[in-house]
Amino acid sequence: MINKKVDNITEALKGVSDNMTFMFGGFGLSGIPENAIAELVKRKVKGLTCISNNAGVDDFGLGLLLHQKQIKKMISSYVGENDEFERQMLSGELDVELIPQGTLAERARAAQAGFPAFYTPAGYGTEVAEGKETREFDGKMYVLEHAFKADFAFIKAWKGDAAGNLIFKGTARNFNPNMCGAAKITVVEVEELVPVGDLDPNQIHIPGIFVQRIFQGETYEKRIEQLTVRQRA
Amino acid sequence: MLDKNGIAKRIAKEVKDGYYVNLGIGIPTLVANFVRDDIDVEFQSENGVLGMGPFPFEGDEDADIINAGKQTITTLPGASFFDSATSFAMIRGQHVDLTILGSMEVSEKGDIANWKIPGKMVKGMGGAMDLVASAENIIVAMMHTNRAGESKLLKECSLPLTGVACVKKIVTNLAVIEVTPKGFKLLERAPGVSVEEIKKATEGELIIEGDIPEMEL
Repeated sequence: MINKKVDNITEALKGVSDNMTFMFGGFGLSGIPENAIAELVKRKVKGLTCISNNAGVDDFGLGLLLHQKQIKKMISSYVGENDEFERQMLSGELDVELIPQGTLAERARAAQAGFPAFYTPAGYGTEVAEGKETREFDGKMYVLEHAFKADFAFIKAWKGDAAGNLIFKGTARNFNPNMCGAAKITVVEVEELVPVGDLDPNQIHIPGIFVQRIFQGETYEKRIEQLTVRQRA
Repeated sequence: MLDKNGIAKRIAKEVKDGYYVNLGIGIPTLVANFVRDDIDVEFQSENGVLGMGPFPFEGDEDADIINAGKQTITTLPGASFFDSATSFAMIRGQHVDLTILGSMEVSEKGDIANWKIPGKMVKGMGGAMDLVASAENIIVAMMHTNRAGESKLLKECSLPLTGVACVKKIVTNLAVIEVTPKGFKLLERAPGVSVEEIKKATEGELIIEGDIPEMEL
């Protein structure tokens, strides 16, 4: 067993510095690496390029980094629900690249899997395809998209072990597995770090080979963005 | 004239037994409420769930189980969770049978614009560009005109496009329309709505052949 466990958040984020490119798992506020984000806020690293499906809300998730103006560029598919984001984008303080959600997932997966680029039909004929190579296959047009290049990927999993093996829960899985191993260093925080051997190898979603550092998150708020319920009959 | 629930009710008739269906945010979400319960249908949400159920009872909500609108949801027996790349493999690989989404504009060529109003609203396309670029069967659910009373069924879209020549059918508060190579073909009228009213509210080429029946809901 190759040990990936680090003792604390300081060790987990060793090497993080200004002007780096980071990937963050999560969809909305579900499955975001809350502890890593809190530490980045504390360290005040700035000039960051952040790859994340969403940009958090005003006072949680990546919204916390935006609030301190730590982010220079955001690469996302959907950025509603965040007034400070909109203000910084419209004033030109923040550079924003909006890309289709499936393209975002696949650019991460391509980086993980060693593909430099791939063709996708998404965005053909729209401003997303402007300046990009296009090609016809079997009568349909496709756009060439490139794998992401990032310094760190910050991942949140449900359970993990010191070998770096991971299991995700529900829709908190989302982009997290695709971003593991897609950056130079993959840092995973888990709700529950279990002893090696406790996880059934048949049930593992991401094998430890894609992970460099793993630690148990201290606390999780797991904020719900749109609480929607029905009344009991 | 139909309200939002009426539009959803009419679209629900397009959902067939054995379909995997992706529902967009807004009116499309309502379609799930009107699907016949004697057929087997699974709803996919692109954030990574197949087999979505109703909203949870108060107190049963789980922050780790949401739909693409970030609403708390439940799952039905047979449901599955998966990562985002797998989710879009289902979409891009045309394994999803029907996509229902809202729109700001549709052109008579089937172009769709629903993600950006320059200088006003820039929230992003989310999964919409992947969905419209790949889905074989796309139904747009929207009001026939915007708040200013202007037609949303146009010759050419004026807003930045989400996808080109992809919409097959449009269900509005006034009509059911098929997008054909020649333009918008009027299939059905909403209850109490005349062909003239639909014609007036449609900027793009509207093809009217024979008697246009009223929708059955």
